[in-house]
Amino acid sequence: MSATATLPGDWQLVVGLEVHVELATRTKLFSASANRFGDDPNTHIDPVTLGLPGALPVLNRHAVELAMRIGLALRCTVRPCTFHRKNYFYPDLPKAYQISQYDQPLNVDGHLVLPGGVRIGIERAHLEEDTGKSTHFGGASGRIHGSDHSLIDYNRAGVPLVEIVSRPDIRTSEQARQYVAELRAIIAAVGASDAKMEEGSMRVDVNVSVHRPGTPFGTRCEIKNVNSIRGVGRAIDYEARRQVDVLESGGTIRQETRHWDDAAGRTNTLRTKEDADDYRYFLEPDLVPLVPDAAWIERVRAALPPLPAARRGALATLTGAAPDGEAVSVVVERGQDDYVRAVADAGGDAARALTYVQQGYAEAGPTPAVPAADLAALTRLERDGAVTATQAKVLLADLVAAGGGDVAAMARAKGFEAMDAGDLEALVDAAIAADPDAFAKYRAGEAKAAGALVGRVMKASKGKADGKLVTAILERRARA
Amino acid sequence: MSETDRAGELSPEVVAKVARLARLALGDDEVSRMTAQLAGMLAHFRDVDALDLADVRPMSQPYELVNVLRDDEPAPSLDRDEVLASAPAAEDGRFRVPPIVGLEG
Amino acid sequence: MRGAVEIARGVAAGELRAADVLEEHLAAVRAREGEIHAFNLVTDDAARARAAAIDARVAAGAAVGPMAGVVVALKDNMCTRGVPTTCSSRILEGWRPPYDATVVRRLEAADAVVIGKTNLDEFAMGSSTENSAFGPTRNPHDPTRVPGGSSGGSAAAVAAGMATVSLGSDTGGSIRQPAALCGLVGVKPTYGVVSRQGLVAFASSLDQIGPFARSVADAALVLEAIAGHDPLDSTSIPRPAPALGPALAEGVRGMRIGRVVDLPEGCEPEVLARLEESFAALVAAGATVVDVTLPSLSYGLTAYYLIAPAEASSNLARYDGVRYGLRVDAEDVNAMYAATRAAGFGDEVKRRIMLGTYALSAGYYDAYYGKALKVRRLIADDFARAYASCDAILTPTSPTVAFPLGAKTSDPLTMYLCDVFTIPTNLAGHAAMSVPFGSGAHGLPVGVQVLAPALGEHAMFRVAAELERRAPGARGG
Repeated sequence: MSATATLPGDWQLVVGLEVHVELATRTKLFSASANRFGDDPNTHIDPVTLGLPGALPVLNRHAVELAMRIGLALRCTVRPCTFHRKNYFYPDLPKAYQISQYDQPLNVDGHLVLPGGVRIGIERAHLEEDTGKSTHFGGASGRIHGSDHSLIDYNRAGVPLVEIVSRPDIRTSEQARQYVAELRAIIAAVGASDAKMEEGSMRVDVNVSVHRPGTPFGTRCEIKNVNSIRGVGRAIDYEARRQVDVLESGGTIRQETRHWDDAAGRTNTLRTKEDADDYRYFLEPDLVPLVPDAAWIERVRAALPPLPAARRGALATLTGAAPDGEAVSVVVERGQDDYVRAVADAGGDAARALTYVQQGYAEAGPTPAVPAADLAALTRLERDGAVTATQAKVLLADLVAAGGGDVAAMARAKGFEAMDAGDLEALVDAAIAADPDAFAKYRAGEAKAAGALVGRVMKASKGKADGKLVTAILERRARA
Repeated sequence: MSETDRAGELSPEVVAKVARLARLALGDDEVSRMTAQLAGMLAHFRDVDALDLADVRPMSQPYELVNVLRDDEPAPSLDRDEVLASAPAAEDGRFRVPPIVGLEG
Repeated sequence: MRGAVEIARGVAAGELRAADVLEEHLAAVRAREGEIHAFNLVTDDAARARAAAIDARVAAGAAVGPMAGVVVALKDNMCTRGVPTTCSSRILEGWRPPYDATVVRRLEAADAVVIGKTNLDEFAMGSSTENSAFGPTRNPHDPTRVPGGSSGGSAAAVAAGMATVSLGSDTGGSIRQPAALCGLVGVKPTYGVVSRQGLVAFASSLDQIGPFARSVADAALVLEAIAGHDPLDSTSIPRPAPALGPALAEGVRGMRIGRVVDLPEGCEPEVLARLEESFAALVAAGATVVDVTLPSLSYGLTAYYLIAPAEASSNLARYDGVRYGLRVDAEDVNAMYAATRAAGFGDEVKRRIMLGTYALSAGYYDAYYGKALKVRRLIADDFARAYASCDAILTPTSPTVAFPLGAKTSDPLTMYLCDVFTIPTNLAGHAAMSVPFGSGAHGLPVGVQVLAPALGEHAMFRVAAELERRAPGARGG
């Protein structure tokens, strides 16, 4: 992962993000055909989805609740709201207007705190419908330009989206990456969406501008087609540098939409914002206002699960690890923090449980197959010195592969019995005798020299020796 | 867009631009005919300038309902073949359209 | 000619066969359709199958619905599964909807027999049914004249005996004005009383489906069958269909009937004379007449001709040659859109799309559309004040009787003035209906419009039934 590129001179970066997430409903936002990804084209269509003459939208209650969950998790105010029509022609937009929320969105004025403590304002999080999918044929490599024709699949049309618009509070590409990662974690935690950028269920548009301190924000460009968190950082770094180069060479930035080419690592002009973007918004006459009452809002709020930041804090407290460290972040993101707690509750060593789960449970999901008690037993074996860290790693892999088991028996079957302390001392002495030069250097303070001696002991013990104990014995010998 | 003046003069340029926005191919003669007709109507519509509307709340819908919601229960899809049979052009289970270019103007 | 109430009663009792009733209507179609052109499509085979099925159920002793055997024509902007639905537009020519409108399903559940789809001004935009891509409909009372519009085909079909009753849609008067010009009862229910699901939208916040009939009782029967909450229409009022039967015999004793003192000018003298006679008839029946003012009424036309085209410009954007209907091929999709829409829409539709697009576009929204929404509120407020002192209001339905074909096609604004009395109801979302009340110039029918507040259908039908009983030439009137 590249570090945040710094801008030359005193240029400062200003970033705001518009993130679309597809909601995990069973049906579409305004009609009853299925909200399902990856099926045969045009197999989830109905009169509303296709914009057939006479079809009318009816709002999906569950979509509203999921949008409220997102809003409440982002500390927004949930308020009475309306739907507008955004009018524009495009083949994947069946009615030639998108139903969206305009000047009265559902959720307003929230914020998100990055793991490092920086607070990013959330302007709004509103409901809208997704478009269908166009696939371009002919011409070069399926790109829209130079294509011969396009085919349209409306399965995705009408899928409920929430668009989360941040305030322009982001100042580095690293913050932008953290924002997207944290947002994704929150949305997944509240069950609103699987929020997968690679599958398009979470889509990030990045607004980038640069300015000098004490001057107004510069003209911003919107970057589309950013498909990974890493891409968010790279696109911002590229675009900021491009804008500074333009400005420093006396040019001006045009407000435009740009396309991120991940392979080439650059942004290209997609279209300029001119008066062609006249969306003729007006209140959707086929829908009525949505006015969530206090009781409904409180019911949704009360049902919210603990959010990632709180869960990271709790896991850090339990395990003694850093709350913004990688182990805690990864395990919470995978939803395995409850499992770590169960291991601890089963008498396991919490810190070791965190490490094991981080390292061995990447594929295990939020409810791992290995019984918490079995992993607890393994942490105890290691803590008590009955197996070495190296042996524990082998046992962890076996445990995960088998979906659980009696670790003590597995250790015995592998011959992973802890060595008698007397035997170990004898092996250490034998190693010193075999390589007195190394021991002399070690005693003289050259810590590295211990490596050769420990290696000999390990070899002689066929890996059964506990490296930490060997080092401790060596230390005693050196002081003797 | 350029301006209409208070007398309701509507330029053919504005009308041509509106036609592009509405995706209507109009010939020059249609544009000039439409310009005259629309200008006449807009002039007539100036009658409301006599009203004081400053404190009037806009009315978008006649009957004030709120919170009309449906349960998240799926219903079967329309039959794809039946739907595509009505399409001007279809291919491979999808709707076929000419190349998507020039959508910015 | 038998009415719907009589047919339904006779068919249910086994005294009439639905098949025979249908054949009488099909005979009328054969006799007059060539001259009138009320229909875009007559679905005689399907209608015969349906009538036979109803007769079979009656013969088997099974229960039948409240409209058993009643022959209904549908305005061709209501979706009928598998049956072409054109809106009298080239752009939808040949399109067969894969679903039925809610009103169509309800008519079927009531055991009505649908005989076909009727002509209209393209996408319901017009007041004479001359804007149809498939040619004009003529008035059965005088085929040199228009039937009114936009539901002219539905009105003419009933007036010519080709259907017992029919459904139209009313956005600014498109049921009431042709009802008046064809000598029929025509009802525009309160917005939200009848589901719009499956009605091809013209202006969503104004459109409402309602019946044409030759009697107030028949109109009530149809409205009861098609009204009531529909979960597929978010603007559908969550109430059951009104029970209107009792209102018909109730009389108007004690009712307060509003007379608009500041009525817009421009009416034919005979039309105003019939209006005065209608007030006198109600007074004779025990009602009192109170003067009311509707100062914003004259601005209704302006508000309407900004709001309706604005919504229409968006509602009609979906006709883009991608998923259904006409496509004119072109080198890229944008050119295809423009060519398709230019070829598929007629002049009036294009004019309104242009007007609506302009009214909503950046820089003009506040001056036009935004202002129109405020005028709409003023009009609704005027009505609210008026209804504080009366139960219903009478006005003319149309300023004139049926006019000759071609008389108003050259100047759109002249045509728009046909709807000056009907438009305000749509803006307010209230109930209104036209009831035949004598004749005017050339002996042509005149209609009186009964206006009532939102969900005021009961009061409205009381007044309408009384006017029907006391109309010039009515039996016992």
